[in-house]
Amino acid sequence: MSTMAVPDIAVAPVRKGFWTRSRKVGLTLLGLGLLAAVLFGALATEQEARFTLSDDAAGAALEINGTIGAILFGIIAIAAGAALLAGVPKRWFLPVLAVGLVGFVLSFLCWQVSAAPAGQNFMPLVNIIRGTFILALPLIFGALAGVLCERSGVVNVAIEGQLLMGAFSGALFGSISGSVWVGLLAAALGGAFISLLLAVFAIRYLVDQVVIGIVLNLLAVGVTGFLYERLMQTDAEKYNSAPRFSNWEIPLLRDIPVLGPALFRGNIFLYVGLLLVLVIHIGLFRTRWGLRTRSVGEHPIAADTLGVKVLRVRYRNVLLAGVVAGIGGASYTLALYSFTKNMIGGKGFIALAALIFGRWNPTGALLAALFFGFADQLATYLGAISSSIPSQFLAMLPYLATILAVAGLVGRVRAPAADGKPYIKG
Amino acid sequence: MEPGEIHALLGENGAGKSTLMNVLYGLYQPDEGEILVDGKPLKLKGPSDAIGAGIGMVHQHFMLVPVFTVAENIMLGAEQVKGGIAGFLDRRRARREVTEVSERYNLQVDPDAVIEDLPVGIQQRVEIVKALTRDVDLLILDEPTAVLTPQETEELLTVMRSLKAAGKSIVFITHKLGEVKAIADRITVIRRGKTVGTASPEASRDELAALMVGRNVRLTVDKSPATPGEPVLEVAGLVVDDDRQIRAVDGMDLTVRAGEVLGVAGVQGNGQTELIEAIMGLRPVLAGTVSLIGDRIDGWTTKKVLRAGVGYVPEDRSVDGLVKEFSVAENLVLDIYDRPPFGAGLALKPDAIATSAKERIEQFDVRTSSADAPVGTLSGGNQQKVIVARELSRPLKLLIAAQPTRGVDVGSIEFIHSQIIHERDVGTAVMVVSSELDEVIGLADRIAVMYRGRIIGIVGPDTPREEIGLLMAGISPDAAHERSTDAAPADGAATDGSPASDAGSANEDEA
Repeated sequence: MSTMAVPDIAVAPVRKGFWTRSRKVGLTLLGLGLLAAVLFGALATEQEARFTLSDDAAGAALEINGTIGAILFGIIAIAAGAALLAGVPKRWFLPVLAVGLVGFVLSFLCWQVSAAPAGQNFMPLVNIIRGTFILALPLIFGALAGVLCERSGVVNVAIEGQLLMGAFSGALFGSISGSVWVGLLAAALGGAFISLLLAVFAIRYLVDQVVIGIVLNLLAVGVTGFLYERLMQTDAEKYNSAPRFSNWEIPLLRDIPVLGPALFRGNIFLYVGLLLVLVIHIGLFRTRWGLRTRSVGEHPIAADTLGVKVLRVRYRNVLLAGVVAGIGGASYTLALYSFTKNMIGGKGFIALAALIFGRWNPTGALLAALFFGFADQLATYLGAISSSIPSQFLAMLPYLATILAVAGLVGRVRAPAADGKPYIKG
Repeated sequence: MEPGEIHALLGENGAGKSTLMNVLYGLYQPDEGEILVDGKPLKLKGPSDAIGAGIGMVHQHFMLVPVFTVAENIMLGAEQVKGGIAGFLDRRRARREVTEVSERYNLQVDPDAVIEDLPVGIQQRVEIVKALTRDVDLLILDEPTAVLTPQETEELLTVMRSLKAAGKSIVFITHKLGEVKAIADRITVIRRGKTVGTASPEASRDELAALMVGRNVRLTVDKSPATPGEPVLEVAGLVVDDDRQIRAVDGMDLTVRAGEVLGVAGVQGNGQTELIEAIMGLRPVLAGTVSLIGDRIDGWTTKKVLRAGVGYVPEDRSVDGLVKEFSVAENLVLDIYDRPPFGAGLALKPDAIATSAKERIEQFDVRTSSADAPVGTLSGGNQQKVIVARELSRPLKLLIAAQPTRGVDVGSIEFIHSQIIHERDVGTAVMVVSSELDEVIGLADRIAVMYRGRIIGIVGPDTPREEIGLLMAGISPDAAHERSTDAAPADGAATDGSPASDAGSANEDEA
């Protein structure tokens, strides 16, 4: 072929649309920046806005005059928006967007912190970071469960149910046995139980995967809610007082400034979650298991012709996903709270959003989960400093962020090609 | 099968060639009967058993994961791993293996290229390398030339010869007689799931064709010379993108006149689909104009285009042409259900629909148990006749027929062809798009060859096939002329299919 004289064909001149996605996002960012510089700048006070590097007002802090800060960071957002509007190379899109959004958020914080009642003009960064990670924790586990499932071609809408069942069985069996380890095992099995139902109905009986996922969520809410009222509420001492994992500080890492006290002085589930992100990422892209998983999710017939057992891979991955989500559920009941009815409260669906936002990639899912976690934490923080913004609006923040993120910012994402398509041999 | 033999399996579409080979490869289980390898019966529970027994297969639709690299595709299922139970992929070793095999058999592939970026011919090469790394002795090639240009086909035949020289046996499934005669050592002809004969490559094309279809087929389409009138469809500077936002039609000009058949030839994927969809209003026109008898129709809705007198036979009837669960009668009025006499206001008129259905079933010889049978239960040929009946029942100015006889039996092909020619003779402008060169040559009064979103040349139907083949590969007319004069004697045999293969060659889709 290479020796052939293929005549060069001149490309016809075509008017390319000016309003590319990058430009639209740039324009939005520019508007946000203007809003920040003008409105936030006007509302901010001359008070110093302090971002302390500790859990409270004490200690070293980054300080900036509220008005100046709000205007300055607003201008950064404007600049980023303008850069996108002017057109930047494709690989610069995400970094520039990130800078712009961070500028907008900081401008907002300068206003809020400086306008807070006297004595509360500070934001404890350690506290905020810890809160972000803790609130993101169920999202991380949930999104990883999604990655495991969907990379092999089974849509996992049942994350919510898997988390809830994990939380419930962790609490129940942890309480009965008095052992955190029994609780953890039970939580993993609880999540896996919902997964097993998902796998059997989706893979064996070819039920629509989204429908069965939603049904399983309802089932989990119903079953745990029923048992909670009939069992746990009658004798909370016996059935809903699970032991908690004790804090475990990681040597060396605990001494890192800011991050050490925020992340490495306590919650075991956080370590497990971060480690799982790493393990699943490496597993997916560097091992035989990962190659086969991805091939089954992308082109199951091709995998079958090479002797990969498509259905077996799918069963295994769906069950693994249940185990991971079950442990995620236990991160509530074996570390933080007692079980309450419907305690996951929609986090499973935000985990699904994080999965898509993170483009079916474990690391991406982690970043997305942290983004949502931060929005959540911010709402809590603003409530605490009696912000002038109505609390209902603040409670809306994480969901608003989810919609914006999933609808516009990530652009068109590409799911595994065979995601949600049952494989029928022959 | 003997070692080092190329055995051709010849048969019409739907004759059971692919099914037989899928059984051999362990993908399907035989209902009865057995497979013998070296005299011993072989039980295949799955493809891995087949690979273990030294059988490799290159499928008609490539079995490659589009987002994986060449090396990842090749190692899948037979991964070299290190690190014990963790099973880390040994990419370096896989890459080396690919390079070794591709050098040994002279099949150049880049192990790190991503499949979806590669042209079809190279993807096929990856498939062959994939089989060879698994140490197969018997290689099954299922319709390997369906998607290739004549020149790529020639390269493939060279590769097959060198594999044969290396002692590998090859089963070559096809319905193209020219290729069979060029390369096979032995030919088995299959019809309706049965072996109907074996032949040597010296057998004449007519003999083979008769074996294949079971009766003497009409080799050409009967038609009188065309009497072209005024231009009906005029396309100027048309630019259209495909689903992946990649330019598919790239500044194209085209005119179809009343009373002529314009055939559009070309290897699949050179913008034919997008061209038709743009004309029909199914795909946005990015630049340029489409006019129907002077009226600009680009930007019109599909319904408006249809109402303006355009008939459309879509290339994939199961996706675009029919609602399979609907009855034959319902499918026959899909375009005009809301117009009298079939509909008035919000209501349908079932009696009118039934009466008209009955007439058209008779007129177009649709073989169905009743007008109320779901159209999905009909054979491919009869489904296609339903579409043709529907489209030709309106007064047309322009008929666009894409792959009009894909997956259709011989009898229906003749009928559909005669209907198309009849439509031309009453003064309709007709555009036929087909990846089957024989069909285009048989029907067309002028042939436009598409290459990379452009018309690279317009030739008459009596142009030699080699020349059209070169055009399909992107060699412009002048260059094509030079090449065909000095290269024709050498590769004529392979690219030259007989007119007879027209009969059985209309389709690649049986899987």
